[in-house]
Amino acid sequence: MKVGVTLNGAAQEHDVEARTLLVQYLREACGLTGTKIGCDTSSCGACTVLVNNESVKSCTMLAAQADGASITTIEGLADGERWHPVQTAFHENHGLQCGYCTAGMVLAAVSLLDEIPNPTERDVRLGLEGNLCRCTGYHNIVKSVLAAAETMQGAK
Amino acid sequence: MIPAAFDYVRAESGAEAIALIGEHGEDAKFLAGGMSLLPLMKLRLATPTVLIDVGRLRDLSYVRDAGDHVAIGALTRHRDLETSPVLAEQCGVLRAVAAQVGDNQVRHRGTIGGSVAHGDPASDLPAALLALDATFVLQGPGGSRSVAATEFFHGFLETALAPDELLTEIQVRKSGAAGFAYEKFNRRAQDWAIVGAVATRVNGGTHVALVNMGSTPLRATAVETALAQGASAADAAREAAVGTEPPSDLNASPEYRTHLAQVLVRRALEAI
Repeated sequence: MKVGVTLNGAAQEHDVEARTLLVQYLREACGLTGTKIGCDTSSCGACTVLVNNESVKSCTMLAAQADGASITTIEGLADGERWHPVQTAFHENHGLQCGYCTAGMVLAAVSLLDEIPNPTERDVRLGLEGNLCRCTGYHNIVKSVLAAAETMQGAK
Repeated sequence: MIPAAFDYVRAESGAEAIALIGEHGEDAKFLAGGMSLLPLMKLRLATPTVLIDVGRLRDLSYVRDAGDHVAIGALTRHRDLETSPVLAEQCGVLRAVAAQVGDNQVRHRGTIGGSVAHGDPASDLPAALLALDATFVLQGPGGSRSVAATEFFHGFLETALAPDELLTEIQVRKSGAAGFAYEKFNRRAQDWAIVGAVATRVNGGTHVALVNMGSTPLRATAVETALAQGASAADAAREAAVGTEPPSDLNASPEYRTHLAQVLVRRALEAI
């Protein structure tokens, strides 16, 4: 079946099997491998992308369900050479170690800050409960998201 | 993990969805948000040959004040329940329970109707709906019928829904903005409840329901009776596991679940 999406601002259309998961569509049909497959059971959040600006786990969504939607992956977050404030904050606060969870973590954080622009530490910890990180102990991730919130509030 | 092959059809209306499932027979399944069905399909525990996607039926996504009750479209997402001003004011318990389902990503996709139709006793919302004396509106080829929540859950993942019926609306009593508590016990963030207890004041009485204490969500009727007879929260909570058949799994034995139910019901009752 034909599945068309607006991916990081550009139209894409591919002929795929109905059972194709969104994460496979993004990685294999569209060739964007920034989105990772972690647990493949909707627990770890490594495959998180934005569908119509909301975080979803792309391993537990059919590409067919995303037909017609606007999708943002980690490749589409920066504005040209300018990183998104969440990316900058992860860089400056050492919000990653091995990096495997990072794409999903950053997109989950972008969605969280869209819903709660001025979060408390508890909001951030609860808001990222769908994303697992086995390296950092979350400390610097939470710090990064709080720092990004401050930057983004300041820019308004 | 890739699901077994299936044909995908997108329904444009509730009537079309019912016609499609009639046409494709028992091996067809409705797909809403997919938060329960897709994991089962990836594990090949479910292998429908046709998926009828009802996820885009926006006319079945709403939360409305319907006078003596609140009406909720079956395809309303958890996120929309969580942020609904009508629910916050008229039925705060449902808003609060919806906010504890899964994680943000799951709540952006999962729907209340999907959760109810799936009929998992470990789900949060079905127990809350039992406590609220909810009514479910089921639409089939011959018209619609209403089923009380107390008559709806038949067994593990089994409900009163016929294969060709679509759950379209959930109706709940108005229970107000306060006077409720949901105690959900799990070991890891975002997990299913090992045991959960919902308590809410409804029309001057106290209703209590349990998550994951049997093959269906359950009303803790012995607790409710004790409370109606004037028992204290602590005394009533000792009756929490009466009549239940708590499951045994890697997380907990039936004895431990019994203990959890008593503690969680007591905490919930003390909080309201």
